[in-house]
Amino acid sequence: MTYDAHFRVWRGDQEGGDLVDYTVEVNEGEVVLDIIHRIQATQAGDLAVRWNCKAGKCGSCSAEVNGRPRLMCMTRMSTYAADETVTVTPLRAFPVTKDLVTDVSYNYAKARQIPAFAPPVGVAPGEYRMQQVDVERSQEFRKCIECFLCQDTCHVVRDHEDNKEAFAGPRFLIRAAELDMHPLDARDDRADFARDEQGIGMCNITKCCTEVCPEHIKITDNGIIPMKERVADRRYDPVRWLGRTITRRKA
Amino acid sequence: MAQTDVGGSAPDTASGVGSPTRARIAARTLRTDRWWVEPALTFTLLCLWLLYALIRTASQRAYFVAEYHYLSPFSSPCLTASCDPAARDFGTWFGKFPPFVPFGLLVLPFLLGFRLTCYYYRKAYYRSFWLSPPACAVAEPHATYTGETKFPLIMQNLHRYFFFAAIIVSLVNTFDAVKAFHGKDGGFGIGLGTIIMVANVVLLWAYTASCHSCRHLIGGRLRHFSKHPVRYKLWTQVSRLNTRHMQLAWTTLASLLVTDAYIGLVASGHLTDLRLFN
Repeated sequence: MTYDAHFRVWRGDQEGGDLVDYTVEVNEGEVVLDIIHRIQATQAGDLAVRWNCKAGKCGSCSAEVNGRPRLMCMTRMSTYAADETVTVTPLRAFPVTKDLVTDVSYNYAKARQIPAFAPPVGVAPGEYRMQQVDVERSQEFRKCIECFLCQDTCHVVRDHEDNKEAFAGPRFLIRAAELDMHPLDARDDRADFARDEQGIGMCNITKCCTEVCPEHIKITDNGIIPMKERVADRRYDPVRWLGRTITRRKA
Repeated sequence: MAQTDVGGSAPDTASGVGSPTRARIAARTLRTDRWWVEPALTFTLLCLWLLYALIRTASQRAYFVAEYHYLSPFSSPCLTASCDPAARDFGTWFGKFPPFVPFGLLVLPFLLGFRLTCYYYRKAYYRSFWLSPPACAVAEPHATYTGETKFPLIMQNLHRYFFFAAIIVSLVNTFDAVKAFHGKDGGFGIGLGTIIMVANVVLLWAYTASCHSCRHLIGGRLRHFSKHPVRYKLWTQVSRLNTRHMQLAWTTLASLLVTDAYIGLVASGHLTDLRLFN
């Protein structure tokens, strides 16, 4: 089935912008990114859009479609009625560069702050041995394609620009969880880092990150909440603190 | 092509989606679905449940059916001299309670604390009561936000202690359910009330066991599952339940209400208990 759809696409930059209306052809099986490309090819040659794999694996074409953070390449046009207006805007949590392209460097700055995997002492590279049962929790978080939809929808930074300095966001809290759950990571201060440097206490578990994840990672239940519990072990549990003090054991 | 004006007055989201470097869109959300239904429904249902619980516990009436030993979970354990003597299975710890004070006063704060600090309910009430945020990608109305880093919300980190208290309360409720296998002549018997109380206790255990703190304590805090096969096995079972934590949270609210309402109706004589045996 081919029909003409009504699209509204945000055009502009940091100086200002508007939603611009387009009437554009849609064919069966197409996704939102196809339509954006058709607009670019036929009506707005200067429309800026970031994309790469068109297969939901590179995380480049993140945008907000009808107000919901989505990968444009994974959003089928059949999701919407033929007479429905489809509104496409850039991610609203990050500074806009041009049209649908945003500056996501906040995320890379947060990524750089995380201490890297610390190899175990006395085990040479190539001699690492792990049980599958020990690594499978971490492996779930390795599915992340860094589309930053979770970062975009997280109200801690989306609704409060001033929190960006103190809060790393869900993508990097699961990175912390991934490393803390890694059977060979030698660092024992990941939970402290999550609390003191990544601001895990600012997360109030409203699970929007999980709702938008295109890889269906259980960000909150399997990553952030376990990290919050690990932080509670070390910083908020008086009985554990007493036990550690008496036995002079590290957390 | 035509331009649609989305400018207008400055949004109340100046520190968020209305920040100067972001795409200038005045609307706090462009979502076209009925995103407000879920928080509105959650708000309404939780308020109605709290109102029911408040009225029922403050009334101090129709909480016990002596004939079949049905004791409402809202009044258990009954430790005050105001309680029916037959309901005081754990003795009399307190004198008579003044009017409007719930008989289950000793445990209700812990049960409330368990639910208030529960990771699912936090999501539910932050969204529906505090609108922080009301729904995903819908700007919240607050100018500042500190999350759970300051008092009182930093106390959410004590959820595990409320979990321990909830285990004790679940044991008490289990005891009540066992006592409800009580016949008219004092021997063994089963009625519809017994079945409701048992179902309620099973659901309460499932909700308690599916708790995120339980999941952490039972095995989640380990780094090497392979060195703790029993705890790993338990963790996988709790994890399976944990995926249903939200459903169990709501189901147990309903089962508590149904159990109390049924006992209330039987105790007040509005309903005759359907007896299956004795």
